[in-house]
Amino acid sequence: MSASTSSQRVEFQERARQALSDVSLQRAMAKARGGFVDHRRDAVDALPEFDAIRDAARDIKDHVLANLDGYLELYEQKVIENGGQVHWARDADEACRIVAKICKDAEAKTVTKGKSMVSEEIHLNPVLEAAGMTVVETDLGEYIVQLAGETPSHIIAPAVHKTREQITDLFHEHHSPLGYTDRVTQREALVNEARSVLRERFVAADVGITGANFLVAETGANVIVTNEGNGDLTSCLPRVHIVTAGIEKVIPSLDDLSVLLRVLARSATGQEFSAYTSLYSGPRRTDEMEGPEAYHVVLLDNGRSRLLGGQYQPMLRCIRCGACLNHCPVYGAIGGHAYGWVYSGPMGSVLTPLLNGFDQAMDLPNACTLNGRCKEVCPVRIPLSDLLLKHRLEQHDRRLNTNFGRFLLSAWAWLARRPRLYQGVMALPLWLMHRLGKRRGVLSRLPGLGGWTDSRDFPIPARRSFLRQWHTHKARS
Amino acid sequence: MIKIDKEIKSPINVGLFVTCLADLMRPQVAFAAVTLLESGGCTVRVPREQSCCGQPALNSGDRASTTEIAKNVIRAFAEDDYVVAPSGSCADTLINKYSTLFRHDAQWAGRAQSLADKTFELTSFLTEKLDFNLEGVSYPGVCTYHDSCSGLRELGIQKQPRKLLAGVKGMALSELEDSSVCCGFGGLFSVKYPDISGRIVSDKCAQITQTDADTVIGGDLGCLLNIAGRLRREGKRLKVFHIAEVLAGMTDGPAIGEGEGET
Repeated sequence: MSASTSSQRVEFQERARQALSDVSLQRAMAKARGGFVDHRRDAVDALPEFDAIRDAARDIKDHVLANLDGYLELYEQKVIENGGQVHWARDADEACRIVAKICKDAEAKTVTKGKSMVSEEIHLNPVLEAAGMTVVETDLGEYIVQLAGETPSHIIAPAVHKTREQITDLFHEHHSPLGYTDRVTQREALVNEARSVLRERFVAADVGITGANFLVAETGANVIVTNEGNGDLTSCLPRVHIVTAGIEKVIPSLDDLSVLLRVLARSATGQEFSAYTSLYSGPRRTDEMEGPEAYHVVLLDNGRSRLLGGQYQPMLRCIRCGACLNHCPVYGAIGGHAYGWVYSGPMGSVLTPLLNGFDQAMDLPNACTLNGRCKEVCPVRIPLSDLLLKHRLEQHDRRLNTNFGRFLLSAWAWLARRPRLYQGVMALPLWLMHRLGKRRGVLSRLPGLGGWTDSRDFPIPARRSFLRQWHTHKARS
Repeated sequence: MIKIDKEIKSPINVGLFVTCLADLMRPQVAFAAVTLLESGGCTVRVPREQSCCGQPALNSGDRASTTEIAKNVIRAFAEDDYVVAPSGSCADTLINKYSTLFRHDAQWAGRAQSLADKTFELTSFLTEKLDFNLEGVSYPGVCTYHDSCSGLRELGIQKQPRKLLAGVKGMALSELEDSSVCCGFGGLFSVKYPDISGRIVSDKCAQITQTDADTVIGGDLGCLLNIAGRLRREGKRLKVFHIAEVLAGMTDGPAIGEGEGET
């Protein structure tokens, strides 16, 4: 094991432990969990053809990925025809440089942002701040985590790990200097206060940066789906609009968009449709009253094109709905920050090692029970748990897991291939454990089993294995 | 007790894939499975040359070891008409994982597929391959059923156990909220990430205790050992049984995690 994977492993386990003992986080997660799941189920139950639409959605994404170069070129051509500019970024650094240059050229002082996971992926905010700009997140959840100096813990609900009490404290601390001296505690009052503070920011902004849920090749439009309308104020009001998006976001046509939108909101929040679904296709035209003067799209690769044609390509179908996070028992237990990067839950555990390598992500594919609920709910049918297993196979093939673990595993496997010997070797520990625990039926400490017995007892094994009993009995009769 | 499906020729030769957990931890589950199969008109064979399906190796990414273990299993059950396992998780490995594993192996792909085609999880074999009619079995109490993930999602096992339990006299079934959510076992997951696993199973047990059930039943020993272990740690007196034990009327002795003097 290399030093980096060793420390990373400790880090993941440590972050998970912290999350498990964080009372506020646990309270917030417990409250959020059921809502997402119930709402999705109700929405899916109300649409009998949901599974057929999922198949269609998967097929659209597969078709795009098989012809990605062509659709990207078509999309670029349409954006240019609409008067916008397309910038290609190989990696995070290049994307940040491009965005920073556009902002500097526009002499931007204030930059507002709609929610963009790609901008989180490339760590854009610190770059703009270092260049002297004020960056304001305008999605309520993103705004809350920005005030807290944190990163989003969920791809569609960035502040899902925060309780209302924590949000009250944050607003009181940061809004008091702006004249909001009353301590507001109710949900509606909190939203109104944030809205009021952000309104001024929207108007003051020189540049607005949004993500894109989809990029439509036939029209050159970027599509954003929100429930707060903040994405629209970020797109329309500033002089310059920048869209940051991964290259896999392109889809062929508006017809395809209508298919994908039918699964997106249902999978994400259980809504039939989000409150706002907006298409933007370029800067203000001469005959128009509003809209930005300049429109830029920064298309990010950052490792995505490497996945094309390989066994992990299905991951590029992801439409970032968050359903896999909402249905994952591990995510539900530890929240998003424990995963260590911007993407968390099952989709993060598949994607992070693909984009960043295993160095910082050895644990992610392994910290999963392979229960398959993520795969079951994915709107574009990404076989998430199967892809996690592929990661494990790759880790083992590349000898990235610990030598001790490999030794134990191969010793066990060697034995398991020799059933008669296996049955003989197992006899003594069985007998011993049975003897130690037969009165209570369980052992409350079993040192060989990691921390298993920290939180539960270990039911004792039988005195003699079934196979030994069966075959002894058969030999006698 | 169990009528035989007309389409199946008698005698039905079934090889019992014991599963390593039933073998080592809870032999009564395997005895119960034999009883059920025999009363359904099957002739049950228990090959000595079996240990584990190889899932711990596969889920740890060790393809080579899994392949060797899988070949053993394929050989051991070559002569049986059917292979039945009292576990959805292990049956899934034999049915779905082996065929993927040998997909590009000309010599073994066919043999893996023929094992897959004749392998069944116990409750689905009883309900789908045998014309089932359970008589004379009773279990007085309120039970709740935990759906184990692999059986549920990979093999579609959900109605089968409930159909079987409906034939048990005196039993009331109280459905568990989120019965299809993982219990946090995950095999080696519970050893490698015991903190996370512990949290998930304590959430599961909180939901179990919210039902009025006095007994938890399931079809996979891994989950049941996990749940029983947590219930015991919390001092809860619920009984935990594998469905085969309940259907075979073998519930007089200690339940899973119960001591000898506690029944």
